[in-house]
Amino acid sequence: MDTESTYSGYSYYSSHSKKSHRPGERTRERHKSPRNKDGRGSEKSVTIQAPTGEPLLANDSARTEEVQDDNWGETTTAITGTSEHSISQEDIARISKDMEDSVGLDCKRYLGLTVASFLGLLVFLTPVAFILLPPILWREELEPCGTICEGLFISVSFKLLILLIGTWALFFRKQRADVPRVFVFRALLLVLIFLFVVSYWLFYGVRILDSRDRNYQGIVQYAVSLVDALLFIHYLAIILLELRQLQPMFTLQVVRSTDGESRFYSLGHLSIQRAALVVLENYYKDFTIYNPNLLTASKFRAAKHMAGLKVYNVDGPSNNATGQSRAMIAAAARRRDSSHNELYYEEAEHERRVKKRRARLVVAVEEAFLHIQRLQAEEQQKAPGEVMEPREAAQAIFPSMARALQRYLRATRQQHFHSMESILQHLACCITNGMTPKAFLERYLSAGPTLQYDKERWLSTQWRLISDEAVTNGLRDGIVFVLKCLDFSLVVNVKKIPFIVLSEEFIDPKSHKFVLRLQSETSV
Amino acid sequence: MSYIPGQQVTAIVQRVEIHKLCRGEILILGFSIGGGIDQHHSQNPFSEDTTDKGIYVTRVSEGGPAEISGLQIGDKIMQLNCWDMTMVTHDQARKRLTKRSEEVVRLLVTAVSAEGCAAVHQSPGE
Repeated sequence: MDTESTYSGYSYYSSHSKKSHRPGERTRERHKSPRNKDGRGSEKSVTIQAPTGEPLLANDSARTEEVQDDNWGETTTAITGTSEHSISQEDIARISKDMEDSVGLDCKRYLGLTVASFLGLLVFLTPVAFILLPPILWREELEPCGTICEGLFISVSFKLLILLIGTWALFFRKQRADVPRVFVFRALLLVLIFLFVVSYWLFYGVRILDSRDRNYQGIVQYAVSLVDALLFIHYLAIILLELRQLQPMFTLQVVRSTDGESRFYSLGHLSIQRAALVVLENYYKDFTIYNPNLLTASKFRAAKHMAGLKVYNVDGPSNNATGQSRAMIAAAARRRDSSHNELYYEEAEHERRVKKRRARLVVAVEEAFLHIQRLQAEEQQKAPGEVMEPREAAQAIFPSMARALQRYLRATRQQHFHSMESILQHLACCITNGMTPKAFLERYLSAGPTLQYDKERWLSTQWRLISDEAVTNGLRDGIVFVLKCLDFSLVVNVKKIPFIVLSEEFIDPKSHKFVLRLQSETSV
Repeated sequence: MSYIPGQQVTAIVQRVEIHKLCRGEILILGFSIGGGIDQHHSQNPFSEDTTDKGIYVTRVSEGGPAEISGLQIGDKIMQLNCWDMTMVTHDQARKRLTKRSEEVVRLLVTAVSAEGCAAVHQSPGE
């Protein structure tokens, strides 16, 4: 009876992919994993068969999980960061989500767009129609109106031009995000414009068309008033959609659930979904990239601490589950073990190793960059050696630093973020722009924001907004909503910016006087 | 005399007895004190080193009861009516000296000039 012990750390986290008990052998990585020839740095794993172990309480299925942990803690050597199984499941989840998302929301997007553009067209053609219809329909009966009408024609045309440019500037922008619900203000504005235009048409149809009004100047003035009102609605739109949220009213605290990295952003009056958009846009440039490999250790430490404690019921059979778990928690708390010691020494050792590898890497890169010399324009004909393009130069010096770089990336667990192709490209770019070795290395020495890496790491289509309140509600003090991506989530806490009472105090510049502090002397 | 924490203080002291003079409502002694553990040592011209935060006599008024009794400027007050004065704040010293219920104060003072004499040793505050 083989017990498959252990979860790999990655799949422990991605619990949403509903697997609880995996058949087949587990793959685990040893610390000295074989080097990859393609330099991709992915963890190839060595298959280890878990030793057989018998659960002590064989009839209790819940216990087998702990027994597995127990065996794992005593007999295995290493923990996987990612296993092949979890990646493949992940990919399937992602692909299916991509497919369903793209079909559904595209329709919604285009629907909104068509409604708005239809309304816009209607709005623009209305004044023109008001002006043109009377001459077309009853030209003989119209009173001639000379210069005044021509002046009004000019003003109508220019106002329409201004309206056109304004609408183009304000509304015709590439939509940058897909949000779950309709924007309330935009919908309100569209409804307002629609009602407005419809009421104007009603009046026009009833009072002017039916009765064949003769006063052409009045009709033209009516059209001018329509255009004026449209300009004012455009002003209203600017205020509601753009200006109102410029003044900061709230501060949002965004905390990433996996490692606690947090940032603060200031926003104005926005709806929850728009605030979520702002948070996400800033997430991609402010937060360091999510690295699941850095998170594996803590859960297993805790598991080891609790493992090995078994509850025996001396007084006879009873099913007091909460009592048992409480007893276990209390016993684990009282237990003297040296896990804190292990943590301390492990971290110190890791630090030391990383620093050593970093030193080797820096030296290797500096030496490599010494080999490259930029040719000035006039020297290009009489070059001592072979003249190379930046890409070839990068390929020439890359092997001398490749090994040190890979070992450093392995030590800091970033190796799957950087492929050899991306490293070469970056190196070529640095050589072209004359950067120093330190500038080249900066990308690898510290984890950067998510935008710095591949598009596949972005997962920008996978975000979900979870909120207690309706997402079109405005922000309020104390609201908490969650933005969930595949493996981690961002918890956003909204706080109101405090009302500051600032008062003025006048201190006369001449009143700054000083005296030496003598000892206090009291006479008695 | 430097003060080492935890060690006994050895000093040569002199007993001075001052009778307070009644001037109107208040009783005066006729001298000024400086120092105390809440004061800064550098402001006391009479203290010898940084650890000495005792109460020193900084001024003796002419013809006052203190001068009559033989108190001199620069004396360090070690005890006052059997209360220790080597480790008190300035305010505590002032209060003890100006108690309205006491008409006579008995001081144990020590002066730098008396260091050299081989005379009575006293370790107060046992």
